[in-house]
Amino acid sequence: MPFIPHTDADVGEMLAAIGAPDIDALFDEIPGELRVRSLEGVPEGLNEQQVMQLMQERARQDGRPLNFIGAGAYEHHIPAAVWAIVSRGEFYSAYTPYQAEASQGTLQTIYEYQSMITALTGMGVANASLYDGATAVAEACLMAVRANRRSSAARILMPRAAHPHYRTVTRASTGGQGLSLTELPYEAVTGRTLPAAAEGQDITAVVIQQPNFFGVLEDVDALTDWAHARGALVIAVVNPTSLAVLKAPGNWGERGADIVVGDGQPLGCPLSSGGPYFGFMATRMEFVRQMPGRIVGRTVDLEGRPGFTLTLQAREQHIRRGKATSNICTNQGLLMVAGTIYLALMGAAGLARVAQACLARTAELVEALARLPGVRPAFASARFHEAVMRFDRPVGPVLEALAARGIEGGYDLSAHYPELGHALLVCATECRSATDIAAYAAALAEVLGTARSAATAGNRP
Amino acid sequence: MSNVPADLKYARSHEWVRELADGTVEVGISDHAQHALGDLVFVEVPATGRALEQGDACAVVESVKAASDVYAPLAGTVVAVNEALAKSPELINQDPYGAGWILRLRPADAAAKASLLNADSYAAVAEAG
Repeated sequence: MPFIPHTDADVGEMLAAIGAPDIDALFDEIPGELRVRSLEGVPEGLNEQQVMQLMQERARQDGRPLNFIGAGAYEHHIPAAVWAIVSRGEFYSAYTPYQAEASQGTLQTIYEYQSMITALTGMGVANASLYDGATAVAEACLMAVRANRRSSAARILMPRAAHPHYRTVTRASTGGQGLSLTELPYEAVTGRTLPAAAEGQDITAVVIQQPNFFGVLEDVDALTDWAHARGALVIAVVNPTSLAVLKAPGNWGERGADIVVGDGQPLGCPLSSGGPYFGFMATRMEFVRQMPGRIVGRTVDLEGRPGFTLTLQAREQHIRRGKATSNICTNQGLLMVAGTIYLALMGAAGLARVAQACLARTAELVEALARLPGVRPAFASARFHEAVMRFDRPVGPVLEALAARGIEGGYDLSAHYPELGHALLVCATECRSATDIAAYAAALAEVLGTARSAATAGNRP
Repeated sequence: MSNVPADLKYARSHEWVRELADGTVEVGISDHAQHALGDLVFVEVPATGRALEQGDACAVVESVKAASDVYAPLAGTVVAVNEALAKSPELINQDPYGAGWILRLRPADAAAKASLLNADSYAAVAEAG
């Protein structure tokens, strides 16, 4: 293997130098009963041809359905240039080379990425990315506890209308570190988060997701000011595409959000059956030392020429060990590069066109579906590119029938939000044409057994 | 040989303690410690009013190569912090026993000071590394 340059002779020499009989002896510290002797259940390796066949077979199982699911991962058009550039040898590595003497191009790309994220979010500084949106929210909660010196309760208010997976991951990552999460309810009519907490309570931070999991636009100014008035920091969880048309979190309320995170998937990353994606994080400059992850800075070399290098490493795990700001600070280098190239190609105006198209398509979708008897929008609120539709019957069988017609009709909310009844979260990005939307409405009409409405929906201009 | 003023008390973890007239104590890090850390780029101080146990990590001094904890040499309550360090962390390098003070504590137990080292004992600790 080219990645393991040591020959048997090298290994023998190294073992002799430290007086170890063999490599196994290096693991003596681990009790025998905890060690796995063989990898049971792991099949034999496949050659390239077999791998290609297997992956093609798996890809065929996915099919090419007409997709109306969002729920945290969004199908956007990805310009062909994005992955053509990402696939260049200089970028194409799962591991990000950080050595300043060898990686100026990569470091500059990360620096450009950080600059784009700060511009999108309206914040002072961004890190070089995190694993994904869910872990970024968890890291933001941990960071808020470090950063909010006025608070000692380690209490985070988390909206019920925030992404259920983000809430689960945050609970899992922070529970063992003494953080408590208190749920903020949402208003049944609007789907908006209700600020509600016992007055006088010590609150460390309030999470605000914009748009929230229902696609509904929160009153972020009021929520931000409400949180700040109680001494809490504001953690904004945002969709990067939406920031092209919505107010940047740095401008929310009187003082703006304190930490901004989200999933970067909409920026040039294919759905890929759920990942890998990347997470982004930005904050105010005053909290930069509490921010986890890598940061690339611009500096000058001995001759005064501009260059790029990692900065603020003194807080990281290779120096601070258990006291590091985070122990999952590795970024998702390749996906982050894709996001950077995507943003560079689209530009601010291009991203705004994508966002506006999403907005318009989703409005058309909601209108088309709401025309069917037994289907209506659940919330009367402004939205971005998703909406909750309420049905007069269980959503599961409806989705199965749509899938049989080649349509992924949306995300069934009944498991996470039983209180909403028969509710479906639908999404239309710029990838869904008027024809696609008409096809969905027609298929749904058929499934619901209302053939007359199907004709109407099918005839829409 | 680093500077170890005779009128101060010291902790083995390289903090110094100066008794002030009002019964509070001033705390900083020794000349030996600042020298070992190198040029400081950031100092994180605790919130005023925070109650500390002896040995609690109460501040962080960050150089270009490491971020190290400063430990409370005595149990007590933080009554003041050196705000000037926010803009000028180099004060600790330049004047560790004066302008580079980090915080002032009101000790929980006045007698606890007896557990600290005098200058000669600390000089021996610092020299041993």
